[in-house]
Amino acid sequence: MQKISRDKLIKKASNLLNSGIVRCVLGWKRGEFDYDITPNVFTTEKELIDDFVWNDFCGANLSKYLVSKTQGVDGKILVFLKPCDTYSFNQLLTEHRFDRERAYVIAVPCEGMADINKIKQITNEGISSIEFNEDTLSISTLYNEEPIKIAYDRVLSERCLNCKSKKHVVYDELLGDDGEILESNRFDEVEKIEKMSSEERFEFWQGELSRCIRCNACRDVCPACTCEKCVFDNPESGVENKASANSFEEKLFHIIRAYHVAGRCTDCGECSRVCPQNIPLHLLNRKFIKDINEFYGEFQAGEKIGMRSPLIDYTTDDIEPNEAVNRRDS
Amino acid sequence: MQVNEFKPLIVAFCCNWCSYAGADLAGNNRLSYPADVKIIRVPCSCRVNPMFVLRAFQRGADGVIICGCHPGDCHYTSGNYYTRRRMTLLFSMLDYLGIEKERTRVEWVSAAEGAKFASTMNDFVSKITQLGKNKRLEDLRCKK
Ligand code: SF4
Ligand code: SF4
Ligand code: FES
Repeated sequence: MQKISRDKLIKKASNLLNSGIVRCVLGWKRGEFDYDITPNVFTTEKELIDDFVWNDFCGANLSKYLVSKTQGVDGKILVFLKPCDTYSFNQLLTEHRFDRERAYVIAVPCEGMADINKIKQITNEGISSIEFNEDTLSISTLYNEEPIKIAYDRVLSERCLNCKSKKHVVYDELLGDDGEILESNRFDEVEKIEKMSSEERFEFWQGELSRCIRCNACRDVCPACTCEKCVFDNPESGVENKASANSFEEKLFHIIRAYHVAGRCTDCGECSRVCPQNIPLHLLNRKFIKDINEFYGEFQAGEKIGMRSPLIDYTTDDIEPNEAVNRRDS
Repeated sequence: MQVNEFKPLIVAFCCNWCSYAGADLAGNNRLSYPADVKIIRVPCSCRVNPMFVLRAFQRGADGVIICGCHPGDCHYTSGNYYTRRRMTLLFSMLDYLGIEKERTRVEWVSAAEGAKFASTMNDFVSKITQLGKNKRLEDLRCKK
C-alpha cells in the first residue's frame, strides 16, 4: 500500500488551488473499474474530493500531459510525480517541450505499483471492487463469495520489481521522505536474450511482436514521444498500418519506435504497462540503454536537465558498428 | 556442379566525398565488382537515417552497406562519428532481434581507395550470396 495518504495529496492540492498558486491539478481519477485509473485535470477542491485517486494503480506517468496542458493557458499546473516520473519530466525539459515555470511539481514517494494482469491471473476476470490493506489487496469478484486476499509483493508490476530509483530528481515540494537511487537487475532479461542463438532470438521476437495490433498506445503514452507529427501516421512511410501479410512485419514498427527514443527513453515502463497485448517493449528499450551504457558510458536519460544524449555526441575512438556486434558473440 | 542462381540485391550508401569517389576510381581503374550493388549517393554518411537502412530491407534488399570517409576525414568534420554511433546501435538491435548480423556493414573508404571499394563490395556480395535471401526483415507490404 502507498504510505502517503490520498487525503494528504488532496489537502496539499486544495491549498495551492485555493490560494491561487496553481490554476489546476494534474492527477489521477478512477476510470471504469477500480484498477483502471486515468490521468485527469482537476480545477476545484470539490472535484478533488469527489474524484481524485491515489493508490497502487496510479502507474500513469503524468509528465507528458504537461506538454499539451501548459499550452495556451496562463498560470501554473500542479503535477504529482512519482520518482520514475521525474526523470521523464527532466527529459521533456531538456527537449524544451514545456516551460519549467509553468509546472508546480509535488513529489510523491512510491511503494511500487500493482499489475492488474498479475492480479487477474490469480482472481480471474469479473473484479468488482478492490480494497487496500497494509500488506494485502482484498479483491472482490462476481464469482467469489469472499474477497480474495493477495500480498502486494506477488502482484507488483515488473517495472517496479526492477525499480531503478526511489529518488525524485526534480520537485518543488516533497511529500514524505525521499528515497535512493537503487541497484536494479533490469538488464538481466536482456542478457538472457543476448545469450540465445540468432535463430532463437528471431523466434522469441517473432512470438512477441506478432501479437502487436498496432494500436499505437505505446507511442501515445510515451513521454519521450511528443512529436506533433509522427512517422507512424504518414501513409507514405510504409509502416503506418497494420501489416497484413505477415504479422512479424510489425517488427519494423518496433525497431523504429524503440530507436526514436534511444538515448532519451528514461525506462519509465509506461509503454509495456499500456500494451493491450502485453508485449515486453521494455526489453527493446533496455537493449538500447544497455548498449549505450556499455559502448559510451553510463547514461540515465532525465537524470539532470540539459544532458546531451549519447546519440548526438561522439568520441573519436568509439567502437566500430561491426566490431560491436561481433564482440557479443566472442 | 550445383549452380547458385541467387543474386542478392545490395544497397550501398556512399558518401559523396570519399566512398562515391572511391567507387568512381574503381571504375576508372577497371576494377570490377558485382552489378547487384546499387549505389545511393549521399552528401555525407551521416545523412543515412537508420530508417533508410530499414526501408532498404523492407523493399527487398538482402544486404545494406554504408560507406563514408575514414573517421577524422569527414568533409563536414564529424558527420561519420555520428554515423558510427547510430549504426552501432542499429546493427546491435537488429542482431538482438535475430536478424543475421552479416547483412549490415559499415566501411570507411577514401577517394583514393578504389581497390578497397571493389574488394569490399566483392567480399560483401559473396557473404550475402552465401547467406541467401533476406527473409527475416522482408516486408510483404512493400513488395511488388
Ligand atoms: S519508451 Fe517506454 S519506457 Fe521509454 S520513455 Fe517511452 S514509455 Fe517510458
Ligand atoms: S501498445 Fe502493444 S499492441 Fe499497441 S502498438 Fe504498441 S506494442 Fe503494438
Ligand atoms: S563527408 Fe564522407 S562521411 Fe561525412
